[in-house]
Amino acid sequence: MTSARRADAIVIGAGIVGAACAAALARDGFQVTVLDRAFPSAGTTSVGMGHIVAMDDSPEQLALSAYAQRLWHDLAPELDPRSELDHCGTLWVAEDDAQFAAVRAKRDVYAAAGIASEILDARALADAEPNLRPGLAGALYVTGDMVVYPPGATLRLLDIARANGARVRSGEEAVEILPNGVRCVHETYHAEVVINAAGPLAARLTPGLPIVPRKGHLAITDRYLGFVRHQLVELGYLTSAHVMTNESVAFNVQPRATGQVLIGSSRELVEWEASLNRDILAQMLRRAEAFMPALGELSVIRTWTGFRPATPDKLPLIGPWDAVPGLWIASGHEGLGITTSLSTARLLVDQIVGRAPAIDPTPYWPARVHSASAA
Amino acid sequence: MTQSCDVLVIGGGPAGIAAASRAAEAGARTMVVDEGASPGGQIWRPKLTGHQPSVARQWLARLAASEATVSPRTTVVDLQVSAPRSFIVRAERSGIPTIIGARALVLATGARERFLPFPGWTLPNVFGIGGAQALLKSGTRFDGKRVVIAGTGPLLLPVAASLSAAGAKLLVVAEQSSRARVARFAAGLWNAPATLAQAARYRAGFFGAPYSMNSWVVRAEGDDRLRRVVVRVGTETRTLECDALCTGYGLVPNTELARLLGCVMRGSVVFVDADQSTSTDGVYCAGEPTGVAGVDSAIAEGQVAGLAAAGRASDAAPLRRVVSRRAAHGRGLDRAFALRPEIHTLAASDTIVCRCEDVRLGQLDRGWSARQGKLYTRAGMGPCQGRICGPALECLMGWSADSVRPPVFPARVRTLSSPAKTGDSAETSERNHDAPA
Repeated sequence: MTSARRADAIVIGAGIVGAACAAALARDGFQVTVLDRAFPSAGTTSVGMGHIVAMDDSPEQLALSAYAQRLWHDLAPELDPRSELDHCGTLWVAEDDAQFAAVRAKRDVYAAAGIASEILDARALADAEPNLRPGLAGALYVTGDMVVYPPGATLRLLDIARANGARVRSGEEAVEILPNGVRCVHETYHAEVVINAAGPLAARLTPGLPIVPRKGHLAITDRYLGFVRHQLVELGYLTSAHVMTNESVAFNVQPRATGQVLIGSSRELVEWEASLNRDILAQMLRRAEAFMPALGELSVIRTWTGFRPATPDKLPLIGPWDAVPGLWIASGHEGLGITTSLSTARLLVDQIVGRAPAIDPTPYWPARVHSASAA
Repeated sequence: MTQSCDVLVIGGGPAGIAAASRAAEAGARTMVVDEGASPGGQIWRPKLTGHQPSVARQWLARLAASEATVSPRTTVVDLQVSAPRSFIVRAERSGIPTIIGARALVLATGARERFLPFPGWTLPNVFGIGGAQALLKSGTRFDGKRVVIAGTGPLLLPVAASLSAAGAKLLVVAEQSSRARVARFAAGLWNAPATLAQAARYRAGFFGAPYSMNSWVVRAEGDDRLRRVVVRVGTETRTLECDALCTGYGLVPNTELARLLGCVMRGSVVFVDADQSTSTDGVYCAGEPTGVAGVDSAIAEGQVAGLAAAGRASDAAPLRRVVSRRAAHGRGLDRAFALRPEIHTLAASDTIVCRCEDVRLGQLDRGWSARQGKLYTRAGMGPCQGRICGPALECLMGWSADSVRPPVFPARVRTLSSPAKTGDSAETSERNHDAPA
């Protein structure tokens, strides 16, 4: 039986991007319905690191993530303990003098985007993170970066949405996106605005979106409070993340509020093959041990894999999808979805209601690929 | 360190000892890995006094006389099929990463205690019966201590007898099952007189204390330690001032390694055929993981599995009758000591259900899936990897076990990061027995 329900806005996907969109829309007065095929934070959001990071991969990425960092600071007072917000900052670690020379340029790029950072020399780095190996050249300390527990932050954003009248429907799988509507298995929903925030699954509902799953591995240790104090990322990370080679690993470890150490990261293009790849896991852990030899003695209690929604040009898809009336896209965030969920939501809602966005929205428009594929 | 063998037996309890002895006697290069300092497992763990039941002494001597290599203090954290009938096993031996290559595996991983949360179950001096047995064997003194034993099944009897012999004052042994069910089970033992005689010996061992059916602990109370327990006996409720409480709600088979290999399960136990072969070629399973049926069953299954893993399944024919008779015994145990529904509703909203992560029952929502419970509250996400809270949450919330990923036990980063090369030429260097038999 098909019945019609009316809503001003439907958000497909209750991951952190969908939750942020729902909160922003509901606060702007929309009657919002969030649909998720499973439950809030069931997909990519539940398997990521939760690093809130200003990322200078490209000027557009930096604009979006720097804006997001400000929005997370604004949201901080509204977060609850479930979100486990930690203002630990990021240390971009330079292995040698050549990398350390690049740190100065990186600081200037951040400064131009309004992101504060400090250069740490070898000694200051050793003081900041005693478990890093001796002989590293230094680091760039980005003070405003943070860490959250993504499922907790997602639940909080959905609470904010609900407090503003939104409904969240778990176990409601979108089958087809219609003009101003969504067909689910049992019901069809109609709304002026439909947002596809289905993460790596977004392309199944909107054919033509150039989103592929990019697999990652993570490992988490038992509790070792104070072993790591900042999110630590090697300067070579951007190369690993940027180049769409088949597989790569990078040193990227994170202190959790529990005292656990979360160890990443890896990237693979293997479609939806979710099983643990022992070789990649071992490579990833060896890379981490190369920077932090003492890590080798810590006890790993769990490992897992997940899929990032990746696009060919490494930028997310945020904006209208002209082929379907009422449809907006908010997906393709690759490894930056937790960070840029908030800026994505603000950019999207500003455009939907016709307000001037805080940053230029055009680089993220899905039309860039739509027109490319139509040509 | 890299080693290789024909038959790798994982677990050095009765099933593993029997499997390794038979496989080695059949000519297979055999290795047993076990977490303990010496073989024996939980049930044949050596006591300080050195006393062991005669069947334990016989099998430990047989293992020692065989060509099997024993690797003590070794924990298997991952295993995978590298080719048909070829396995790579990743382990830690006294914390040192070890890779073992094998052509056949015998999973003899035993069982762990089932803990069911009730108010006060996390107070100091509330033990599982296995924990109490371990304390006794390590020399902890119980003389003059007032002890309550509660739970279900025949495993309550030996711990009651041991505690009584150690000078403890047993206030009650509370069996949650009904008198009728226990009597029906006992009547079914007419063809197993040795089992009946042993039960009678155990009962005689705590003669002074009541063995009370239809009885269970409702809650434990105390401050910095246990002070008293509230026991339901039939229709009345009694408060007993006491110093220790031992609970035993049966055993949970350790099936993680079998599930990691993708072996077909039958309910909560590993499915095996008459050769103790699992659905994965070259992988055999014996003892509790195939169903809890006692030590005689484990020894018989272990022998069959060891012979089959060594390619001598035909020699196992005489043992199969024992296996099937003991399996029937195991099913009888399950029926006789099934948990009554009241036991599942003892936990209150402020009762801790996940000890590692301090999650209380009231934080969990019945509408959630197991995965939501984990993601939203961390229930089951701690270092026990759900081994303790998993079965409890299954009882309380109906949440079934998660999929298994390596490491199946917490493992050092460097154990997981070492390359998985098993030079088949890397012959096991020496065939010594590290442990005294």
